Amino acid sequence: MDGIDEPAREERFDALVAAEEKVEPADWMPEAYRKGLIRQIAQHAHSEIIGMQPEGSWITRAPSLERKAILLAKVQDEAGHGLYLYAAAETLGVSRDELVTHLLEKRQKYSSIFNYPTLSWADIGAIGWLVDGAAIVNQVPLCRCSYGPYARAMVRICKEESFHQRQGYELLHTLAHGTEAQHAMAQDALDRWWFPSLAMFGPPDADSTHSARSITWKIKRFPNDELRQRFVDMCVPQAAVLGLRIPDDALRWNPSRDAHDFTPPDYDELKRVISGDGPCNDERLAHRRAAHDDGAWVREAAAAYAAKKQKSATGVRV
Amino acid sequence: MSADLAAYVLGIGDDALVAAQRLGELYASSPEMEEDVALANIALDQLGAARLLLEYAAELTGDGDEDTLAFLRGPDGFRNHTLVELPNGDFAVTIAKLLFLAAWQRPLYARLAAFPDERLAGIAATAGLESAYHLDHAAQWTIRLGDGTAESHRRMQDAIDTLWPYARELFTLDPVAERIGVTPPRAEWDEMIGATLAEATLHVPAPADVPDLDGRAGRHTPHLGPLLDEMQSLHRAHPGARW
Amino acid sequence: MSAEWPLWEVFVRPRRGLSHTHAGSLHAPDAAMALRNARDLYTRRQEGVSVWVVPSTAIVTSDDPAVTPAPDKPYRHPTHYRVPDGAPHL
Repeated sequence: MDGIDEPAREERFDALVAAEEKVEPADWMPEAYRKGLIRQIAQHAHSEIIGMQPEGSWITRAPSLERKAILLAKVQDEAGHGLYLYAAAETLGVSRDELVTHLLEKRQKYSSIFNYPTLSWADIGAIGWLVDGAAIVNQVPLCRCSYGPYARAMVRICKEESFHQRQGYELLHTLAHGTEAQHAMAQDALDRWWFPSLAMFGPPDADSTHSARSITWKIKRFPNDELRQRFVDMCVPQAAVLGLRIPDDALRWNPSRDAHDFTPPDYDELKRVISGDGPCNDERLAHRRAAHDDGAWVREAAAAYAAKKQKSATGVRV
Repeated sequence: MSADLAAYVLGIGDDALVAAQRLGELYASSPEMEEDVALANIALDQLGAARLLLEYAAELTGDGDEDTLAFLRGPDGFRNHTLVELPNGDFAVTIAKLLFLAAWQRPLYARLAAFPDERLAGIAATAGLESAYHLDHAAQWTIRLGDGTAESHRRMQDAIDTLWPYARELFTLDPVAERIGVTPPRAEWDEMIGATLAEATLHVPAPADVPDLDGRAGRHTPHLGPLLDEMQSLHRAHPGARW
Repeated sequence: MSAEWPLWEVFVRPRRGLSHTHAGSLHAPDAAMALRNARDLYTRRQEGVSVWVVPSTAIVTSDDPAVTPAPDKPYRHPTHYRVPDGAPHL
């Protein structure tokens, strides 16, 4: 590659992206593309790992053994998805250690949604239906993202995640058609999770700093507002089947747009929660930090053992 | 025979259930994220075996199902060995508990896979394959922690020493097991634990007095009560509800 | 001492009769643990019957345009040849 000058490289990169080919780790890529991807993939990975917590805290309290097994499997998948994504980020020349440090030092963000508390069992249903539902709307287009390792990780994740949304919807349906107390629990969960879920699609396009270039580079395929609309239109009939009310008086079908009109989420709240001022930000990071710190002696021990064994295997003496 | 079989199945089912419940506390808390995935796998295996065993126990007694047994009995009604109800502690304690449990479950399930009762034999055959993996996982970690750094060696030895008396409870006289003709796999356990500790450069603790506890007879540590309170709180708050 | 565990590439054989294919990567302190982690992480849904793990640093790549064969040897592909009508089993 030494003989190729910068403009020629850039031209080749642009042609690759334009032709819907994948960019792979060893390819030359613009520095901004690499940095932007690292930021996005890391944020996505952190969200999976932090996202284990709000649901994980209900594993011990799941009201039936089958629900306990489902929730355990789901939270385990989230750990797996975090790992796939960190691995994809690592192909861009950062180490997972660095990324985790960025998370713990609040230099990288994660999805605002995981800073809300899970107050009742119905929240597990609402998270599956709405939060995973919104994630899927966001993620399916990412399976066609121009960066190969990210796209492949997303294919695997989307395949595995299809059960997450369904189990949540089924859980909520059971509650909504259960006792009066269970129904109330389900409605309360929808009331609290609706707007934070809409906020998961990010700020409106007009204010989105990274959107335009991400779309040119085919990292992102659709603007935030379009995905948000798609999500609302999808949820309305689903809520009707549940027999639950979406907490938005302005929500109605608009035949002239062929879509629902709805109240947008509070974007100032989104900004506050993303930048660290949500109800549970400190708790979530403290949990992650404790796991990391408490595990240091274990990671060191395993590394020391591996080093010892390698020495004896190759016969090197120090 | 049927009442004894039901009681026996309930006992090993409770071991698996309480072990799963403790592991379920550990979400997002492992030393490395790969280990979160591994421990969740083991929790799921234990929970899966527990469900099959409790469901069978309920059928044998003609009373209730897996959920009534899991959620509506108090500590006195639980028949698990006290080893599995002990708190998770640090990673060394978690691993030592798993090592002791899996080194007992694996040879036990292997015996039960040839038990005359077909249903129990079938459950044990599946659970046995899974517990081979649990045992391997626990042994791998015991070796790395024992033969890792000075600190990890100290912590692993502490965990072994602390849990040793509780492990001995696995081999105290269990009249129900005796009546249905199952002997605890003492020799296999001793051999497995001895070999693992030796490779881990850890020593086998001196024989200890077994605390005056007997989980199989319903005599538990104070740790079981709060564990069940948490596990059963939601279920009990909504009597008769479907989930 | 840095305790960051090295990176391993994971290859899974989906079924007997098929080759191992690259599934992803993971961190593990040594080969034995890497194999176990790979099983947990990449075959949770019975995706494979066999797993390979290779230290990522051991991978040698040809991802360089100079190494990629140019498409100038069409005669290597069967579609290059026109078979006369009526010649069976070709």
